Amino acid sequence: MTAGLSIIVVEKDRERALRIVDALTEAGDYRITVLSDDAGLARRIAEHRPDVVLIDVASPSRDVLEELTLASGPMERPVAMFVDRSDPGVTRAAIEAGVSAYVVDGLRPERIKPILDAAIARFHMFSRMRTELATTKAALEERKVIDRAKAFVMRAKGLDEGAAYQLIRKTAMDQGKRVVDVAQALIMAAELLK
Amino acid sequence: MTQTLHAGYVPLVDAAPLIIARALGFAEEEGLDLRLERAASWSMLRDMLDFGQVDAAQMLSVIPVARALGLGGGTVPLEAPMVLALNGETLGLSRRLAVNLDAPFGDALAMGQALGRLQGPLRMGVPFPFSMQTELLHYWLERAAPGVAVSIRTVPPPRMADALQADEIDGFCVGEPWGSHAVEVAGARLLLPGSAIWSQAPEKVLATRAGWCEAQPDAAGCLMRAVWRAGRWLAEPGNLLTAVEVLASPGHLGISADLIEHSLTGRIMVAADGSEARADQFLTFHQGAANFPWRSQAAWIAARLAARFGLDLQTAQDKARACFRSDLYRLHLASAGAALPRSSDKAEGILSQAEQVPATHGSLTLQRNRFFDGAIFDPAAGVR
Repeated sequence: MTAGLSIIVVEKDRERALRIVDALTEAGDYRITVLSDDAGLARRIAEHRPDVVLIDVASPSRDVLEELTLASGPMERPVAMFVDRSDPGVTRAAIEAGVSAYVVDGLRPERIKPILDAAIARFHMFSRMRTELATTKAALEERKVIDRAKAFVMRAKGLDEGAAYQLIRKTAMDQGKRVVDVAQALIMAAELLK
Repeated sequence: MTQTLHAGYVPLVDAAPLIIARALGFAEEEGLDLRLERAASWSMLRDMLDFGQVDAAQMLSVIPVARALGLGGGTVPLEAPMVLALNGETLGLSRRLAVNLDAPFGDALAMGQALGRLQGPLRMGVPFPFSMQTELLHYWLERAAPGVAVSIRTVPPPRMADALQADEIDGFCVGEPWGSHAVEVAGARLLLPGSAIWSQAPEKVLATRAGWCEAQPDAAGCLMRAVWRAGRWLAEPGNLLTAVEVLASPGHLGISADLIEHSLTGRIMVAADGSEARADQFLTFHQGAANFPWRSQAAWIAARLAARFGLDLQTAQDKARACFRSDLYRLHLASAGAALPRSSDKAEGILSQAEQVPATHGSLTLQRNRFFDGAIFDPAAGVR
C-alpha cells in the first residue's frame, strides 16, 4: 500500500505553498493540506492527524511543533523530527535545503524518502531564488551609489561621464578599495560640503 | 593564529554575552574569529547545533537536560560548559483578567493566591516546552495556586502579544523583550519577574555537542573565556549605554533600545499605563559566579522533568548532572581569573541574602538564592 499518506505543509506564502503541493503531487499519491503558520497551529495539526508535516527550517512556528512530540493521550500520535536511520544524509540535506520534516512514529523511511526528496528539491529552488534576489538588489543599490558619485564628480570637475567613472575607478585601484566604497565616501563628503 | 568559530543565538536580550564577546573584541583578544548566526526558533538553533552548522549555541538550560533524559526532539547529546544568564523572564496576564488581580507586582505568593480566586482554566503561553519558563510557571502555579486548572502551550515569543489579543492565551511566561512587548502592544499586565519564583534560575546556557569541548580544547577555552569576560563587562553599570546601543543594532537583536535598557536594569514597565516596577535580580550575566554550571542546577531541572514525565528520579538526576560540565568550566576559566567554588553543588534556595563562601583561591560571593515558597533543593539531601 502506497496511497494515502497525509501531509501537512505549513507555509504562509500562497505561491510557495502551491509549488510545494505541485512537487509532492508529482512525487506520489498523497493527501496534502496547507496551513499558514499562525494562530492555533498545534491544535489544527493535531486535528488533521497527518503522517508528515513539512515546514520551513527558519519558520518561527517550528517550536510549536515540538509540543506534538509530547503527545500523551491514547488518541494522539507522537510526531518526531524526521531522522532517517538508514541515511543520516537525508536529514542533513533537508536542513541545508531549508525544510524540516516531522513524521509520526513508526512510519517506514522508504515511504518518506520520495516526499522528502520532492520537498528538498523544491526548497533548494526557493533558497536559490532568495539568494539571487538579494544579490540583484545589492547590485542595484551599488549601481545607484556609483551613479550619484559620478554625477558629483562630473559637476565638481567638469568631466564627462566616462572620465568621471575612470577617475573614481583609478582612485579605488590606487587605494585597494572597491569602486562602490570610494563612491560611498565621495557621496558622504559631498553631503558634508553642501 | 586566528581560529574561526560559529555560534548561534536567538535574538533575545540574554544573547548579550555572545554578541558582546564578538562586538567588543573579547573573542578577538582570544584569537577567535567568532561568527554569530541568528536563528528564528529554538528548534532551528538546535538543528544547527546537531548538524554542525554551529559549534556552540545559546540554549535554553532545560534543553540539554531534556535531551539527556530522552525527551523532545534532536539527535545528539548536548552539554553545557557554562551558564550564559540567570533569569530575565517575565510572567504576565491579559488586561481582561489582570483587572481582577489584587496583588503587587513581584509578590509571587500573593499573586498566586489572587490568581487562585479567578475563574480558571488558564491558558498560558511559553516559548518552548523545554524551557525555564515552563518550569517556573509549573513550579509557581502548583504551589501558589494549586486549585487553578492550567494548560500550557507553546507560542513563538514574537507572537505572544498577537496570541493574547486573539484570545488564544490568557497569559504567558517569556524572556525579554517579549513580555514588555506584550505590555506595549497588547496591553498585558506583568505580574512577576521569573526571579520572584526562583532568584537564581539558570535561564540560558552555552551549549555544545557532547565531546566537542574535549575535541577542540583550545577553541572551547577561548570561547568560554571570551563569553565570561563579556558577561563581566555587561555587569559593569558604566557600560550600560554602550551595551544597549550594540545590542539594539539591526545586525544583532534589532529591538528598541528602550526595551533592552529596561531588561538590563531591571526597571520593568508592568502595565500599559506606563507604571514601572523594580525587579530584583531580574537578569544576571555575571554576579555571584553566575556562569558556573552547577551540577545542582541540572539536578533541579531533572527532578522537575522526572516528576512531570514519570521518570526515575535518581537516574534522571545522574544523567542531568553529567551534562552540566562544571569540570570544563574549572579547566578553562581558572586562567581568566574567574572565582571557582570548592564544590560543584550548592543547596538551591538556601540563601536569603548574598553570602561570601570559600573558593578554591580566596572567596567568592553567592547571590541571594530563594524559591518564593522557601523550599530548599539540596542534591545531597533531596528536597527539604
